[in-house]
This record gives sequence, C-alpha cells and structure tokens, in this order.
Amino acid sequence: MAHTTEPTPVVRALYHDDDVLISAVKEIRAAGYKITEVYTPFPVHGLDKAMGLKETRIAMAAFMYGLLGLTVAVTLTWYMMISDWPQNIGGKPNYNWGMNMPAFVPILFELTVFFAAHLMVWTYLVINGLYPGADAQNPDPRTTDDYFMVELPAADGLMDVLKKSGAVEIAEA
Amino acid sequence: MKLLAGSLTLVGLVFLLIGFNTDYSSHAAEGHAEATSVAAHADDHAEVAHAGEAAPATEEAPANAVAHSEEAVAVDMADEATHTESAHAEGVHAEGDHVVEGVATDHAAEGSEAHPAEGHDEHAAEGHGASHDLSANRPWAAFLVNSIFFLGIGIGTLFFLAIQYAAQVGWSAGLIRVFEAVSMFVGIPLLGILFLAVTGGMHMHHLWHWMAEGIMDPASANYDPIIAGKEGYLNVPFFTIRTLAYLVIWAGAAYLLRRNSLREDVLPAGQNLFFTQRKLAATFIVLYAVTSSTSAWDWVMSIDTHWFSTLFGWYTFAGMFVTAMTVLNLLVMYLRINNHLPWINANHQHDLGKFMFAFSVFWTYLWFSQYMLIWYSNIPEEVTYYLPRFKGEYKPLFVAMVAMNFIFPILVLMSRDAKRIFGFIGLAAFFVLAGHWLDHYIMIMPGAVGYDYGFGFAELGGILFYAGLFLWVTLSQLAKVPLKLKNHPMLTESEHFHQ
Repeated sequence: MAHTTEPTPVVRALYHDDDVLISAVKEIRAAGYKITEVYTPFPVHGLDKAMGLKETRIAMAAFMYGLLGLTVAVTLTWYMMISDWPQNIGGKPNYNWGMNMPAFVPILFELTVFFAAHLMVWTYLVINGLYPGADAQNPDPRTTDDYFMVELPAADGLMDVLKKSGAVEIAEA
Repeated sequence: MKLLAGSLTLVGLVFLLIGFNTDYSSHAAEGHAEATSVAAHADDHAEVAHAGEAAPATEEAPANAVAHSEEAVAVDMADEATHTESAHAEGVHAEGDHVVEGVATDHAAEGSEAHPAEGHDEHAAEGHGASHDLSANRPWAAFLVNSIFFLGIGIGTLFFLAIQYAAQVGWSAGLIRVFEAVSMFVGIPLLGILFLAVTGGMHMHHLWHWMAEGIMDPASANYDPIIAGKEGYLNVPFFTIRTLAYLVIWAGAAYLLRRNSLREDVLPAGQNLFFTQRKLAATFIVLYAVTSSTSAWDWVMSIDTHWFSTLFGWYTFAGMFVTAMTVLNLLVMYLRINNHLPWINANHQHDLGKFMFAFSVFWTYLWFSQYMLIWYSNIPEEVTYYLPRFKGEYKPLFVAMVAMNFIFPILVLMSRDAKRIFGFIGLAAFFVLAGHWLDHYIMIMPGAVGYDYGFGFAELGGILFYAGLFLWVTLSQLAKVPLKLKNHPMLTESEHFHQ
C-alpha cells in the first residue's frame, strides 16, 4: 500500500463573509500555516495582500503590449499612407509621416489600447489556465454563490485555528 | 505657515504693483525698431479695410471671403494700393484678426524671424482698436492668467467635493475637510476676475477685444460686424452680471457645503445631513455643467472674439480639474507627512493620484480633439487660433506645454507604486502645475497681447499673490475645525479603504 504519489490531504474551510475571510486568512498565516488557494464568488479587495501573494507583473506586460501596439500602428500608417501608396486626403500633407501625424493619432491610440487590452486578457487567461473548455477546478460550487473557501494542506492544530477564525464549515479531503 | 502665506501675498502684491506700472511698450519698441513703422502701415490697412467694409456690410462673412482677404494681404503687403483695391473688390469685411493671421502664416511659412511682421501682427490684431497698442494689456492679461489658474484649484476641488456627495463616495469621506478648505478659496480668484471685468468695462484695458470702444457701432471706424453680431451675449453689463452670477453660485455652493458639514458635527452621534448635502451637491453640479462652459467662453474664449470652439468649456474645465487634483495631492501629502491625517493611508493617496493621471489624459484628449478637428478642416476662421500658437512665436511654449501636461504625467504616474511615493507625486505635480499654468497662459496671451508676451513682475506677482492667499485661506480653514468629520455615514468605510 505504498501510495507515495497520493496528494497530501487538504483541509477546506468555508466562510460566509468576505470581511471574516480576510481576517481569517490573516490569522491562519499568522499562526504559521501556508494557504494553498482561496475560492471566492467575487474579487475581494485586499485578499491578495492578506494572502501574501507576490505583486502581479501584468502591468508591466500591459505597458509592453501598448508599446508594441503603438509600433504596429506607426508602421502600419507609415507603410500604407506614406510609403507604399501616398494618398491625398483633404489636402493634408503626405510628404512624410510626421507632417501627416495628427491624422493618425486616433489610429495610434486605438491600436495601442487594442493591443494592450487584448494581449493582457490572453496573457491572464493563459497564465491562470482559464482557456475556453477548461475543466472547472472548483471543489465546492457554493463558492460561486455566497461562500468563501480557504484551501490548505492538513497539519497539526490547524482545526482549532480554523474554528477560531470563524469558519462555518470545515471539511478534510 | 501663516507668516509665509502673508508674506507671499504681500510680495506678490508689490510685484503686481510694479508689474502694472511697467511700460511694456517701451521694450517692444527697443526690441524691434522697425516695428513701429510697420505698425503704422498696419493701422492704415485696418482703416482701409473698414472703409471698404462699411458700404456692403452684410451680416455673415463667408469663410472664403475671409480667405480672400488673407490672400490679398499675404500676396503683397507692401503694395497698399493693390491691397485696398482687392479688399474693395471682394467687398470683404477684412477684419483685423484675419488679416493678421494671413500675414502670420506667410511669415511663418518663410521660416524667417522677421520681427517687423510680428510688430504688424500685434497692432493689427487690435485692429479696429483704439489708439493704444496691445502691450498695455500685458499686466491685466497676466492677472487674468493667474486668476484663471488659481480659480481652477478652487472650482475643481469644489466640483470634486460635490461629486463625493452626489455619487455617495465612501473612500474619500476622511478627506472631505481638506476638499472643503480648498474649495472655500474659490471666491477670491472670482473677485479678481470680477475686478478685471469691471475695469475692462471702464476701458482701463481691452483684454477682451470686444470691449473696445465703438466696435459695435456701425458709424465708428472701429466697427466690426462679426463682433457686433455677438452683441446680444458679449456686452459689458451682461458679462459683468454673468461673472457675478458665477461668483454667487460657486462661492455660495462652497459656503453652503462647508456650513452644513460643520452643522453635521454638532448633531448627536448617528445623525447626519448627508442627504441635504447630496441635494445641494447635485444642484450645484447641474448649475456647474452650464456655468463651467459659459464661464470659459466669457473669460477666455471671448479674448479671441471671432474664433469659437464648442468644446472649449470642457477643455478649460479639464485643465482646471487636473490642477485641482494635483494641488489636492500635494496638500494631502503635506498633511500626511506632518501626521495630521493618521486615518488616511497610501491607498487614498493612490486614488487621488489616479485622478491626477486620468484627467491629465482626459485633458490631452480634449486638447487634441479641438486641435485635430481644426487642423483637419483647415478653415481660415478656425485656424486663426492656432496660427500664433503653433506657427508663430508661441510654438516652443505650446509644444513644451503639451509635453508637460501629457508625456510627463503619463510616464511618471503610470505605475502603481509611483502614485504612492511622495517623490514621484511631487515631481509629476510640479510639471502638471507648471504645464497648466502655461496652458492658460497660451490660451490668453496671444489674443490679449499679441507677441508682447513675457514673464516679469506682473506674472510672478500674480502667482505669489494668489499662492499666498490660497495658503492663507486653505490652511486657516483647515486649522479652524477638526480634520475629521464626526457623523459622516461613510467615515468607517473610508478608514478601512484598501485596494
């Protein structure tokens, strides 16, 4: 019966209030236990800090994507409107890109936003494994309604801490 | 701090007095000796044009007619006879402003630095104008720039305070007293503008070109049919009444919001005047929606009397709002450093920083919307506004202003951490404030003084004067009462604010 690959048993504690959840998370971490995951029906402000998650780097990624979009837009407008097929629209100067630039600003703006927003969403989904058709990883469907769940590996003395922290239901799996 | 504020006000006042007693025309004459001679021509031009116009004066000046007149001048301004003929032939109301800009384009296109032509511009810009030249407007214009800039701090904050109540905002409840203190300042720059309106009406200056003598009178040599067509709105009594109305509405709203908030403090615990405040705030916002636009048209846009832009009011408002957010950021930062606001944390500062960042972008959006439509359509009557600003001598200032108001805040304040670090906020605040001062300067100066601009005692004096009064009013209002509201229903929410 040497099932060494079997996962370590986890404890799942349910809470009924987001404020209780945050203080519970703080208490559990203060008692020295490591939280694996928290499931909530909506984003809870301040939870990431309470859990001690490291800062997201998506902002930097978004900035890079924005720059990429800007570069694409500059290249696109320059190639199409100046280099390959210069067009006289409303008598606006098309001798070089700079002279015609004010007309391109909406394009520059839109493509910057488009690239930043879309690539950021895709990055987020890929990093979190939330691609379309992915299986739900939710251990308890009630956390999609009005319950909050803290999941952590079982350990000695954990039950007391969880009970004291205001959990309404504790299950071991 | 009170000592500092008082001395700033006094020094500013002295500088202002020096500024008002300086003769700005002398330095212009020294600078360009030829200017006067060309200016004489300009006056001739203007008179000739008016003579031509008096006969076939119709109500609307078609855009192409104006264009013709510009060409006429641009083609050969030395040959007066030709010009006279063409002006007659077209039956054009060749009014000063357009003539000027025509010349300005021509001159800028050559890329020459011919100052005589500019001398011409500024005189012809007054055009129909009376005997004195535009440089006499300089201290008044400088005072208007400072009045509008500092008004922005007060009115922007008052509007922000009203939003807090109307939208039932929770996070800012702990900062309401700071907003109140700043918004109580709104009356002072308004009094300054009222002073300018009255002195303008008394012909002590012609900052607003339409106030010039005889400009609405068909019999006068100064008659300008386009401006005369706007007489129903742009006349001195109505103008003064409007300015007075803004004073009453804005300063009144600031006073009432403050008074109710103080009354709320003495109520028994658990009772509040939140919904009274909310009604008051909502009423003010509706009134401000109208008055923010009309005040910008009155005080700033009517300087370039012929020109108009429908989004000018929002553009001015956006600039004022950013200025207010920046000053609030600095003030909250100052109070936090001195431990006066222990219930306010970096998250609140972050939110104020977001407003500063977002409205810098919003200002740029409106600025560009106005610019691009005019650039694209390229209609002479609209383009006149941007010629001195984008082709003339103001170009370096204009470009620097856009960079300071857009590129700096966006790069400095974009990251999350920067909005929480005092050094970054201070750096961005410096550029944003300087940039928006410059923005108001460029809005007002080309129309009011032509190219006789500069930065001297009048400008600096106005800044010190208002800065001193601002510190005095705000800090004494802050010191008078506890910095924390007692019965505001969202106070707890504000204390626990995090993100």
